[in-house]
Amino acid sequence: MKLDRRKVVAELLTERGALVVVAGLGACAWDITAAGDTALNFPLWGGMGAAAMVGLGLALAQPRRPVLVITGDGEMLMGMSSLATIAVQRPDNLSIVVLDNEQYGETGHQATHTAMGAELPAIARGCGFDHASTITKMGAVAELRNTIHDRAGLRFAAIKITPADYPKALPPRDGAWLKHRMRVALLGEQAHA
Amino acid sequence: MVAARHWSEEVFALLRKYRADLISYVPDAGHAKLIDRCRADIETRVVPLTTEEEGVALATGAWLGGTRHVMLMQSSGVGNCINMFAMLKTCQVPFLTLVTMRGDFGEFHPWQMPMGQGTPAALGLMDFIVLRADAARDVAPTVEAGLRFAFNSYNRVAVLFGQRLLGAKDFRTVRE
Ligand SMILES: Cc1ncc(C[n+]2csc(CCOP(=O)(O)OP(=O)(O)O)c2C)c(N)n1
Ligand SMILES: [Mg+2]
Repeated sequence: MKLDRRKVVAELLTERGALVVVAGLGACAWDITAAGDTALNFPLWGGMGAAAMVGLGLALAQPRRPVLVITGDGEMLMGMSSLATIAVQRPDNLSIVVLDNEQYGETGHQATHTAMGAELPAIARGCGFDHASTITKMGAVAELRNTIHDRAGLRFAAIKITPADYPKALPPRDGAWLKHRMRVALLGEQAHA
Repeated sequence: MVAARHWSEEVFALLRKYRADLISYVPDAGHAKLIDRCRADIETRVVPLTTEEEGVALATGAWLGGTRHVMLMQSSGVGNCINMFAMLKTCQVPFLTLVTMRGDFGEFHPWQMPMGQGTPAALGLMDFIVLRADAARDVAPTVEAGLRFAFNSYNRVAVLFGQRLLGAKDFRTVRE
């Protein structure tokens, strides 16, 4: 079954505590904002293909915190080789979740390669991810939410979602400010040392 | 007489002095010694990249989390990065890359020429400060200036290691 992206993200971000979230550009950034904009969100407005590696940098810098990347299938395809780089580092606190609508929704619903045979979880597994799954049920999303918080190993999941568009929930768009906001939340006074 | 230390030893010491705990790279022959030195150090986390733009995104995440990152790459790699460099500029993320030059001084390889000659301009497009070292004695002070520009005054900086420093080999005649 194809799931609803806003319900999926709301479930993943329930009682999020120390969880740090990076969102890929476009709809995923609006989704995490709809669930509640906080200092521990870093919604990308550009840098297509960067989300997973931004997540790796955060996971290595903050090993005690769970780090979650939520991105689109199009965005993940552009940064696909970063899955190989990330699997080599194997941080146990990093999870990468692709909201897979099998299209570039933001730019007019053109089909992506996941609509035409590319299987991102198989690619993640092939790169060396210990856990890589395709999710089609809300129950599995709730389980995933718990394992993310357990920091129980590097994880990849593609969640199949419907192609529905939602009203844009826009986060702040000043990148420098988003950066400072997260650094202050994570580092306190050290952010300006 | 004491044998002179290779400049890569001095660069490594500076990376430690400025607490650049995260080093990423796409290999280049000119960086081989420094890569080995970093890999041998237990305090340095080394991330081999598949392509250079990954290192720019890595730097952004690392800085968000309080870790200083430096990327090692060849001049061709600068061309792979430009849209990710835009993210550094927008978010004002401090960034340092050490770039081994090709197509720069006496190059043999024609395919290295366009990106080698275009490297300073490509970096300039995204407001990088571009520093150069062309002699071994200049490497350490230039890298130190780069580390200060990046992590003290929050700039995007590239230190180019020129072919006068690294040597330009003629593939037909040189045996190594
Ligand atoms: C380098 C680059 N190429 C193209 C674009 C245009 N673009 C913006 S969002 C997007 C599609 C995103 O698709 P996906 O990640 O699957 O997200 P969705 O909207 O489907 O949830 C594209 C192609 C861009 N921003 N940057
Ligand atoms: Mg999509």
